[in-house]
Amino acid sequence: MKRGMMTATGALALMVAAAALTGVQAQEIRLLAGDTGTGGALFEEMAKSFEEANPGVDVVVEEVSYQTIVESLPVQLEAGEGPDIAIITDLGGLSRFYLDITDYVDADYFEKEWGQTLAWLRGGRDTDAIFGMPTTLTVNGAYVNLTLFEQAGVPVPEEGATWQEWAEATRQVAEATGTDFAMEMDRSGHRFASLAISYGAELVDEEGKPVVDDGLRAAIEQFVEWHENGTMPMDLWGAVGGSTHRELFSDFLNANVVLYFGGSWTLAQMDTEVGDLFDWAVMPAPCGPSSCTVMPGGGAMTAFAHTEHPELAGKLINHFAQPENLDFYISNEVEIPSAASQIANGVEYPDASERTKEALATFTAQIPKMADAAYRFQGWRYQRAMMNALTTRISQVLNNELDVDGALERIEEDVNLAIEAAEGQS
Amino acid sequence: MSAGTQFAAAAGAVVALPARLVEPVMYGLQRLLGIRRMPWVFLLPNLVAVILFALLPVFINVFYSVSGSDRLFPWDRPLVGGANYATLFDCDNFLDPSTCSRDLFWRALGNSLVFVPVQVTAMILIALLTAICLNRDIRARGFFRGIFFFPVMLSPVVVALTWQWILQRNGALNGLISSAGLTPVNWLVFPNTAFFWSVFVTVWAHMGFYTIILLAGLQAIPRDVYEAARMDSATPWRVFTRITLPLLKPVLLVVFILAVIRSVQTFDELYVLTGGGPGSATMLMVQYIFEVGFASQPRNFGLAAAASLLLGVALLIFTGIQMRISRSGRDD
Repeated sequence: MKRGMMTATGALALMVAAAALTGVQAQEIRLLAGDTGTGGALFEEMAKSFEEANPGVDVVVEEVSYQTIVESLPVQLEAGEGPDIAIITDLGGLSRFYLDITDYVDADYFEKEWGQTLAWLRGGRDTDAIFGMPTTLTVNGAYVNLTLFEQAGVPVPEEGATWQEWAEATRQVAEATGTDFAMEMDRSGHRFASLAISYGAELVDEEGKPVVDDGLRAAIEQFVEWHENGTMPMDLWGAVGGSTHRELFSDFLNANVVLYFGGSWTLAQMDTEVGDLFDWAVMPAPCGPSSCTVMPGGGAMTAFAHTEHPELAGKLINHFAQPENLDFYISNEVEIPSAASQIANGVEYPDASERTKEALATFTAQIPKMADAAYRFQGWRYQRAMMNALTTRISQVLNNELDVDGALERIEEDVNLAIEAAEGQS
Repeated sequence: MSAGTQFAAAAGAVVALPARLVEPVMYGLQRLLGIRRMPWVFLLPNLVAVILFALLPVFINVFYSVSGSDRLFPWDRPLVGGANYATLFDCDNFLDPSTCSRDLFWRALGNSLVFVPVQVTAMILIALLTAICLNRDIRARGFFRGIFFFPVMLSPVVVALTWQWILQRNGALNGLISSAGLTPVNWLVFPNTAFFWSVFVTVWAHMGFYTIILLAGLQAIPRDVYEAARMDSATPWRVFTRITLPLLKPVLLVVFILAVIRSVQTFDELYVLTGGGPGSATMLMVQYIFEVGFASQPRNFGLAAAASLLLGVALLIFTGIQMRISRSGRDD
């Protein structure tokens, strides 16, 4: 009995000691990923080889809703809490929380692969520091229902066609085929920025100040006209208020609209939900009076300054950035690569359909055509303030609460107030 | 001593144990503070909770409203005085929001001033009518009580998404209208219809709760009062106005206060259903505060705090009036 008790006590003490020892040695890195695409599954897979190479390191990949990344993560970071690493999309807006990982990664390799997009993570700061790894590049673009064009006997506008030519052609198609609407666009400031920049809007200048110019006025006027003449439905931009993001991609999936202006991230959905039900394609960027540009976007993996394991976090990002991991990720995620070598050499997408591969090629072909203003706007710290102001104020114009002049004035005021607030002046 | 008595004694000892442990401490405190100050000792736990979770947040809110920047921690926020209030009140004509610097604040305030009375009136009338129906000896009464209460148990987001599915352009309601040979209406695109459905959906979602309270109030009214009225050949309307309503008044007052507070707080259903649109037709105060403080980037906590304090002051004034009216009612 006594011996038994002693053995049990000894075993318990050993277990406690082992647990304490493990607790001291184990280093846990928490990585937060949104639930879009494959979520965190691919990173979890790639992290295994990192854990093998670094005994005692535990990479915990947490998958949360995309909304959590957009709304909750910034508040957590503000409070000095949150994960060690996350995949984020507000690259410039969160820049003050990032960890400088220059010392832990192959800086030359990072610069070579992501030279321009690394600047987005700097949020306009004058520094060469590396704050993360861009994961994918997304591109706004127009999905077109080719079957409806064929049924209507209207020729599909070719590369270089203007927004107005597209509007005219899709109106003819909608009329001939009895389709509800000619064109739709996500209710998103980011999507609208594509139209605005192609119409000559700068949105932000080199010094990081908001720009409200004639290009933006022309784009808003054109957009309002399309809503007034029924080219676009009021459901998206007209019916919703504030900065709420809204999309009606289901309209395109159900062939209720001829052209849908969304982005490359819905390709997988198109592939699985439309398949061969009708013929569709992604079209080259429609042109405005200024350029044929769309907005770039995308995600980036960043480590945060509050992490207790900065070196490990940096090394883990460096691990994910290795060519074999980049190829594995992009080909399985079926996304547009952001790394220069992948864009140059192309990526194999073994599981994607031919149509998706063509669409990806079209999206990728838009990257060199993107206007400087589009890149500048994407990396601007106050981009979201401008995008929120665009959605809110344009909806008000569509509902006769403001005229275009009033909206332009408000947009400028809104962004300036946001900048003042961030700088502590109000 | 039987086993039962032994068990009861043991259970009693266990139950009394905390009191026995606390007793000497209380004696000590009483000796130290005196019997007059002892009530404060008993009030202390609740006072601490109220200070921590009600008063302290109010003071923090006041501080945020007079400080700037998008930083979260108070010590990182510079003082800006009344700048946030000045921004909100920067208006040429308060009756015309488009002349105000923060036009959306005034539009949201205006919308709330219309939404709250309309929604609360509709809510109380429908809940009262439903409670009266459910108080009668109708068949499947229990089933209907459950049905009317069911929406209360749903998440506001589920409620909003369900109604969005019903009301959207190709939604269920328009499907029914089309199948009847009528022209479908894009319900959420026009300010007036969107406002109507905002009121309808919020009433639908919450009336079950108030119906149950009113039903309990109706059941507490003694039956013999009604029997006496029947013997006096009182008409149903007279019975309702002279017996039911006066005896239900205290419950109605509680329902009214709860409904007003809930109505002012309306946010989630409308945020998902209309996002405050079309334009800003259904944007209420709480959505404005959320948009400014949390949905925007950079987050303007100062402006949001100022707006929420103004809303708090308005509610305080309203509650004061409410209490005065109820007190004068009691004096009568």
